[in-house]
Amino acid sequence: MRSFSEIETTVKRATKAIGFSWGIAEEMGKNIRLLEMFGLPGLKNVNQYYRIYKISNFEDIKEISISNSPNTHYCPIVSGLNFFDQSSIISEFNELEISNLAFPLLFIPFVSRTSEIIGKRIFLKMDDKEFLFNFNQSIYSNYLSGEILEKSDKIKIQFLENKNSFNEEEWSEIYKLSENTFVEETDELKQKSAGAGLTDND
Amino acid sequence: MQVKLRDPKYLMKLSKLGSFHQSKLSFLRSFLNEFKEWHYNRDLFQLNEDGHGIAVYSFTKNKRTYSLVCFANKIDDEERSDRVIATKWDAAFTLYDGIPSKNDLDRLANNVPKQEVGRLSYKELTLSRANKSIRLFNHVVENLSKGKQPDTNILSKVGYLYRTTAVYGSGKFGLADRFRIKNREEIRGPFRLEMMLVYLVRQFTFDQVNHIAKSKYPKTAVELDKKICRNLGIGNSTGLGMAPFIVNHPILLNNWIMARETALKKIREIENVSKTELSVFYNCLIKSLKNVSSWYTESDFQNNKIKGLANDLKIFIKFLKKDFALGEPYQFNRIYVWAEENLKDECIEYIVSMMMEPYDSIVSSLVDKMSADENESFNIPVNRTIEDLRNILEKNYSEILKIDFEKKESNKNFWFISKNKEEPRLADRYQDNGSDLEQPIAIARDIKKLYETIFVKKNSLKIGKFLIENNHLRHVVRRAFIIEKFPYSEIQDNTIGSNLVPIDMLRLKLSFFGAIKFDPRSDKWLRICMFQGAPLPLELKSFENNWIYNSLN
Repeated sequence: MRSFSEIETTVKRATKAIGFSWGIAEEMGKNIRLLEMFGLPGLKNVNQYYRIYKISNFEDIKEISISNSPNTHYCPIVSGLNFFDQSSIISEFNELEISNLAFPLLFIPFVSRTSEIIGKRIFLKMDDKEFLFNFNQSIYSNYLSGEILEKSDKIKIQFLENKNSFNEEEWSEIYKLSENTFVEETDELKQKSAGAGLTDND
Repeated sequence: MQVKLRDPKYLMKLSKLGSFHQSKLSFLRSFLNEFKEWHYNRDLFQLNEDGHGIAVYSFTKNKRTYSLVCFANKIDDEERSDRVIATKWDAAFTLYDGIPSKNDLDRLANNVPKQEVGRLSYKELTLSRANKSIRLFNHVVENLSKGKQPDTNILSKVGYLYRTTAVYGSGKFGLADRFRIKNREEIRGPFRLEMMLVYLVRQFTFDQVNHIAKSKYPKTAVELDKKICRNLGIGNSTGLGMAPFIVNHPILLNNWIMARETALKKIREIENVSKTELSVFYNCLIKSLKNVSSWYTESDFQNNKIKGLANDLKIFIKFLKKDFALGEPYQFNRIYVWAEENLKDECIEYIVSMMMEPYDSIVSSLVDKMSADENESFNIPVNRTIEDLRNILEKNYSEILKIDFEKKESNKNFWFISKNKEEPRLADRYQDNGSDLEQPIAIARDIKKLYETIFVKKNSLKIGKFLIENNHLRHVVRRAFIIEKFPYSEIQDNTIGSNLVPIDMLRLKLSFFGAIKFDPRSDKWLRICMFQGAPLPLELKSFENNWIYNSLN
């Protein structure tokens, strides 16, 4: 088994070798490590992308907008990086779309890291595959096959408001149960146990 | 009295960093302190009469065990090389996480001796190999066989029976990634497991010479005297591999230096230094002179430094004896200020290390702060502005911004990774091939490029927007925001200039390891000694904290 450290170092070097800057190479090393750590086939996908990178013509999304469509296909690395670098602006959009993204799995770590930076969960739908990014702590997805994804026709990204997965009624139910660990206070106990003085201002 | 931390622009020059010495903060010393309560055992020792075979040593506490697995091999003299290009070694080692099974030992026997071309697993934590100091090793075996102890004068010139030529950890060649072990309470400090490996290897070298002597001449052989054992360490040959490490781990570098500087500041701020504290300092200083006088090297560069150090120490001791007024407040501050005014870097930093000796309470609280998680500051704060970035560069890199990179000599060198060993190397940009594959170690040059690029940009421009067109400078934008929070994270010098002395970078790292007797074999590699004077494993429960000055040499 290759260690995550080996994966990070080797991908960093490979990214530089294919023509990206050292700064981008550092990002890609971390990103593929992150994908592999979350059990997603990052190395397989980046290998395939680098195989065709120099002979294909990919476009970069520079300034991310609500709807982004290239003439050919977007590069997932530079587009992902710009998505990440503009995270504070784009998180104000409730949702955005990206068409024709090449090797979309390579875009995923940038979204996961963005989720942590902006402090919001992000939901991403890539054709029929769904991903929920939880502050870069985990990725919840129905994509389990581990195959190489060469392109995505349409990606929809939603920035989710910070809200609970339950309603007030459900909260009350669990809270009520938790109260069974509390002790009923008598007046005497109220006086003695709180640690306050005789008056609140003494 | 408030003493300021020393200015990074002054301290982080390579010539200054290359004058650092071991101290109470050094990892091999803090490792021994932290493993005092662990149970040591030699679990397996199956060597033939020539000393070849397998051995296992362990440290155990509660339910945790770390096992050193040693493979001693037969190699021909002409195959023995300390260089990283070697493919065979006298012995190879790995530190196993737990107690290895028979299957593990078989697997390791097929991989550990091969080192870089073998494969390790997440159950192995560190990997190393070592060669005999053959003249010394044979001398010791020969004498023990005849029932005599070896000549300590011969031993003192070298100081060890074996020297390691690499110690790997943190996921290399399949070893466990750091995240798997980083939360273990016993290994909070940096390089704990590397130190453990080297320390147990030292014991293996003693057991091996005793075993060979006994096997060959069972009637006459004696064991190596414990006092002599204590006085022997483990050597290490170190090349350029360590140099990029300190550039590539800026937060770790900061935390090491910050611990040292904080200790110095706190000690200088002590108003009433007790007589006992002063005498611990003085006694360590006097005892340590043996380490300086027995510091043997053929390097003119190092000999000049040693000569300067010995001379400065004489001047300093004379000052302490004749001109230093006892009983006045802030005695260590006065010592430091006097040293700054009268002595050279090599001796100033020597005294700084000595000043820590009386202060366990100050030092031990800093040891825990010497690790780092480089990931924590990896993300660039893209909402900051060009004005912020410019201010950071002007404040933290003012010395670097003065370097003229239009001059050929400022660009003379480049760092690259060699294809056959995947190790860092240094070459001449104007004579050698490969500068197009340069590693990002030329931080000074790239910081200057960044400064020139942002000079014409709008103050209000956000970093995220700036990067859209300037991702070629992304690696140094990241570093600039790191230095803002971690002031000692950057070498304040040109790492590609014609005046570069690469061993200064190695020496810095090795001083934090706790190495002594720096012996440069060229400007690009050196030999050092570790654990010389250290207690033996069975003596760990109780030993003197200042053992490093007890060396007989």
